[in-house]
Amino acid sequence: MDVVSVEHLSKSYGDLKVVSDLSFSVHQGEVLAIIGPSGSGKSTLLRAMTHLEEADAGTITIGGTRILADGIYADAAALRTGLLKLGLVFQDFNLFPHFSVLRNVTEAQERVLRRSKAEAREAALALLEKMGLGDKAAAYPGELSGGQKQRVAIARALALGPQVLLFDEPTSALDPELTHQVLEVIRELAAEKMTMVVVTHEMAFARDVADRAMLIDAGVVVEEGPARELIENPQNERTRAFLKRFSQGGRA
Amino acid sequence: MVKLLAAMLEGTVVSLEVFALTLLFALPLALPIALGRMSRSALVRAPIHLYILVMRGTPLILQIIFVYFGPGYVLGATFDRFTAVIVAFTINYAAYFAEIYRGGLQAIPRGQYEAAKVLGLTRTDTFLRVVLPQLVKRILPATANEVITLVKDTALAQVIGVAELFHAAQNASARQFSTMPIFLAGAFYFVMNWVVSEGFLRWERRLSYFG
Repeated sequence: MDVVSVEHLSKSYGDLKVVSDLSFSVHQGEVLAIIGPSGSGKSTLLRAMTHLEEADAGTITIGGTRILADGIYADAAALRTGLLKLGLVFQDFNLFPHFSVLRNVTEAQERVLRRSKAEAREAALALLEKMGLGDKAAAYPGELSGGQKQRVAIARALALGPQVLLFDEPTSALDPELTHQVLEVIRELAAEKMTMVVVTHEMAFARDVADRAMLIDAGVVVEEGPARELIENPQNERTRAFLKRFSQGGRA
Repeated sequence: MVKLLAAMLEGTVVSLEVFALTLLFALPLALPIALGRMSRSALVRAPIHLYILVMRGTPLILQIIFVYFGPGYVLGATFDRFTAVIVAFTINYAAYFAEIYRGGLQAIPRGQYEAAKVLGLTRTDTFLRVVLPQLVKRILPATANEVITLVKDTALAQVIGVAELFHAAQNASARQFSTMPIFLAGAFYFVMNWVVSEGFLRWERRLSYFG
């Protein structure tokens, strides 16, 4: 079953077409890695799916709820229902600095899902424990390392029970050691069959953890296939060039 | 001496009334003004910009006189002295506060709004629970400056004969042929502002748990 379906999505900034007639879908329990050069439209794609940017054209369906139909967004209620099935983890965490770690994870549960304080707290503590942050519930984001912050952000997104978790370069703001901590958490979620879409520059991670990979360049899908195959044995010339540049220069 | 102190205390009460009422009205009023100043519509933005330019670009003493005498010429009706002072102070201080709020609002990272939206928080919740606490922390030092200035500016109310502290001091000074009451008034203002400064400092400390 497709949890996410994106059809013919387009988004321009003025004359610049950032996402161009792009289609893909994600199955239940699947991990899709989206790779590609900077400025290729990967982030914009995630931002259009989460309605942080307005798409110009296309259709987006999340868990059976159509949030965008032929370039027109659903009414507020349907949009809300659909968007609640998505979780998004940002590159720079965007934790709420004035809330404790615990409250970062409980706030939306209480305000959006209307869970009781005790219920939200219990769910939050279990998630933090799982993220290896059981002892940080009372801390404030300012006291945490980048890797810890990102794990809180993952817990915050998971607390709402999304059907799909989207990651927008979740480790690009982290140094290698902290990157490892965050990737381990995502790896664990993959093992639990959490449906995820991960925009990443970590090729080894994409190869090992993702089921499928998709290379985007200039707003279009260049190549798509099983992650290991696509990264180890790319068919398309542009994919090859991108991966080659990558193995030479490290990060793209 | 007892008579002098009694007169000055009476004036102080009036000064404190002007101070408190101005804050009561201007602090909330400044928020819609700040939002209007940041509006995407030039139709909203331009008149508010002009209002702020005028309020900050002309002396408060002149604005008090204008608010007191202006409506008489145009409408044939006037505010009483005290009301005129409160109106003038409120519209003047709201302009300054609005600019402080605007600076604070613009300093809040876009990511905070985006995270709130992705989590499904309503716009009201986003403002009250995510933005406002961070805004308060950011604007506190600049607001403290304005509030301290306000304590001293209350002395301007005497220009249309409101019997505030400085007015009382001047009267006493004239009666006694002595500048002592004026300096005593200075001490009164100083003590009031000392309390204000300490209050803001404590508030700032209470918010120092996040960066």
